[in-house]
Amino acid sequence: MLTPAEIDSRLERILPTVQKPGRYTGGELNQAFKDWDAVETHVALVFPDIYDLGMSNLGLAILYDLLNQREDVWAERAYLPWVDMEAAMRAARLPLYSLESHHPLAAFDIVGVSLPYESLYTNLLNALDLAGIPLFSEQRNESHPLIVAGGQACFNPEPMHPFVDAFVIGEGEEVIGEIVDVYQAWRRSGQARAALLRALARLTGVYVPSLYEVHYRQDGVFTSIESLAEEAALPVIKRIVAKLPPPPTRFIVPYIETVHNRIPIEIMRGCTRGCRFCHAGMVNRPVRERPVAEIVSALQAALRATGYEEIGLLSLSSSDYTHIVELVRNIGETFANRHLGVSLPSLRIESFSVDLMEALRASRRGGFTLAPEAATEQMRAIINKPLQTRQLLDTAREIYARGWPTIKLYFMIGHPSETLADVQAIADLCKDVLAQGRQTIGKRASVHAGISTFVPKPHTPFQWAACDTPEQIRTKQALLKRELAVRNIELKWTKPEDTLLEAWLSRGDRRMSAVILRAWQLGAKFDAWQDQFNFAAWEQAFAESGLEAAFYTHRPRLPDETFPWDHISTGVRKKYLLEEYRRSQRGELRGDCRAQCMACGILPVFASLRRANPGEGWKCPEVRSPATDRQGKANG
Amino acid sequence: MSENRFLRFRATFAKTAAMRYTGHLDLHRAWERAFRRAGLPLAYSQGFHPQPKINLAAALPLGITSECEVGDFWLEQDLPLETIATALEAALPPGIRLLKIESVAPSAPALQTQLRAAEYEITLLDSPADLDAKIGDILQASSLPRQRRGRDYDLRPLIEALERLADDAEGRPRLLARLTAREAATGRPEEIVAALGLPIEAARIRRVRLIF
Repeated sequence: MLTPAEIDSRLERILPTVQKPGRYTGGELNQAFKDWDAVETHVALVFPDIYDLGMSNLGLAILYDLLNQREDVWAERAYLPWVDMEAAMRAARLPLYSLESHHPLAAFDIVGVSLPYESLYTNLLNALDLAGIPLFSEQRNESHPLIVAGGQACFNPEPMHPFVDAFVIGEGEEVIGEIVDVYQAWRRSGQARAALLRALARLTGVYVPSLYEVHYRQDGVFTSIESLAEEAALPVIKRIVAKLPPPPTRFIVPYIETVHNRIPIEIMRGCTRGCRFCHAGMVNRPVRERPVAEIVSALQAALRATGYEEIGLLSLSSSDYTHIVELVRNIGETFANRHLGVSLPSLRIESFSVDLMEALRASRRGGFTLAPEAATEQMRAIINKPLQTRQLLDTAREIYARGWPTIKLYFMIGHPSETLADVQAIADLCKDVLAQGRQTIGKRASVHAGISTFVPKPHTPFQWAACDTPEQIRTKQALLKRELAVRNIELKWTKPEDTLLEAWLSRGDRRMSAVILRAWQLGAKFDAWQDQFNFAAWEQAFAESGLEAAFYTHRPRLPDETFPWDHISTGVRKKYLLEEYRRSQRGELRGDCRAQCMACGILPVFASLRRANPGEGWKCPEVRSPATDRQGKANG
Repeated sequence: MSENRFLRFRATFAKTAAMRYTGHLDLHRAWERAFRRAGLPLAYSQGFHPQPKINLAAALPLGITSECEVGDFWLEQDLPLETIATALEAALPPGIRLLKIESVAPSAPALQTQLRAAEYEITLLDSPADLDAKIGDILQASSLPRQRRGRDYDLRPLIEALERLADDAEGRPRLLARLTAREAATGRPEEIVAALGLPIEAARIRRVRLIF
């Protein structure tokens, strides 16, 4: 294995020859640096895409911060090299190395990988390969790092099951430390690797796929999963933190420009709106809010530590944050005249949102973003994102009038039961919004329409629905391109091939792993990058695997079908999701569950956690079950 | 606030280590953030998109280190130079080191217009056999036509001096090149390496002097 000094001497010759060498040096302000030999456990946190993207990932920044608070742990970072650097590294036999100490990844105890979305899967294989770590869990022994993956895509871990030793299902803040503890105890015990995997499986929120076996019907439909060890729970219940831990403030400041050069802070986790297409809204329940004072003091500390000129207040639905007015006013006052940009995404479509953005003295440059997702009130009832078209147009007028010349509108095509009339309505609505702008500010007004294609995601009410075929998608996109070839309307859409890949990978079962492996062998990597995406490799991989792609994407599921991801529990009951799917088919809305509990299942699953952590942060309303009522009476 | 109310000062600094891969625009950003961390009120331009008032004398090509970078900075507040230096030193990122700080008359001309030439020390990792002959060829040539970003230009008149220095401690040859550095007439040290027939990764380059 190469030493850091050997790696550095090879890097000397390579870095002057590649694009953006600042991606590959490490050494940035605020990086954690420790004495390699003095630390018991070495963790490499990997984002399987380039530095520019990985450095903007908040999840890894949180884990980096938490792990490095421990004296016995050194968490370092690694990202994938861009294609020019990869070629140079392979030519120089330079393995993937960590940015802090420049040790090869293979020298680490634990490699933690973030998988927030599916188009990173081939990159993970590429990262393991570049690191010289065997791709398959079963090929790895006591001398290899433990490969742990987490992130939103892992709510269906099955397509990546043979490559990852253990998946973290849900939130990582607490369980990451427990994983390190289990690892350290195992190292001291001197036992075989299998013992480590079984010990990890005992942790709540950890899924060790090698401890299960799956079964399929003759027609290929998944039927069941079987636990092969007493430690291997069924179902595997996701992990959550009862209360959001203090946010990180010492963010690493890159030497080069990255995707988001800003201080990210979660003001709230989860969402109570219940949009039926929304994976994040279903899997991140319950809603937990951070107090205003904690947010503001964290921002002050982070600004002192980083000097950043922008902050991002992150949540799935900013308008729903209970103290949003107070927060915005407080930030506006505390940071006035500091030449500070503030972004507040995911605002509701109402004129109050324009007030909020104004109070933040938000830049008008990037435009004002609204996400109606569907253009008719009927379709919005199907997806459960209610909004009156009149209200959208009034809000648009307000936005233009108050100085934003551009409105970004986000829609999806491909919602269940969508017709061409619904798609036509998207085009009409874009034009109607532009007309508001024309009337208000004249020819300067513009609309940027971003129209993605819906993929029915696991663990959502639409998991029973089929995905549009590429032909359907092309027809709908052709209509939009024709109708929106209008001056001052800019149209962006998702290529049908990208949507197919997302659908295959997000809805896949264990057999999909063969397709992923083969696609990577055929050259697929950086699948999220338009200029690198190699669809032909995926088609060939499917053909060679004997699996039928349409089986995964275009087959409506029966209500009683067992899904390959059913053994992963988000806390939301499958029965609730099915009920929601049926309501959707009847065009029935479901209200915000802050006001009234809809019994999705989260509360009973995490009842004891909530009881142990009382307070304002957790936003599920109090529910009095008959049992607690009786208790109350008895006590009273 | 009128320009003259700003405090203008000049800093000489080293740009080394991983910072050598930070480009000119990102270096501006690194300075702006250092001021923010230091709690020093950097002045901003007026207008819709205010920009920090930072003026760096000469862009340093990516990958080259320097012991002699110079920049002018404007603060909204009149502060003693020692206070500024102390606050900045604590806030600078790894790879930027403050060497000197001095006050400048608000009306002094912009640094870029004053710069005449720059000197570079080039260390060659692989020592070519006929190095002296190659240097001689360059110096004797009446013109050295080269192309950069698709444009033809003559490198020869931009070379004010090119000479061998004593080899470094590891016995690797070192050169000193003085290159013209005026607007629209800037010699780049990588081009000297190329003119010697060597790949860029075979040289370590350090800017050692800016000549105003």
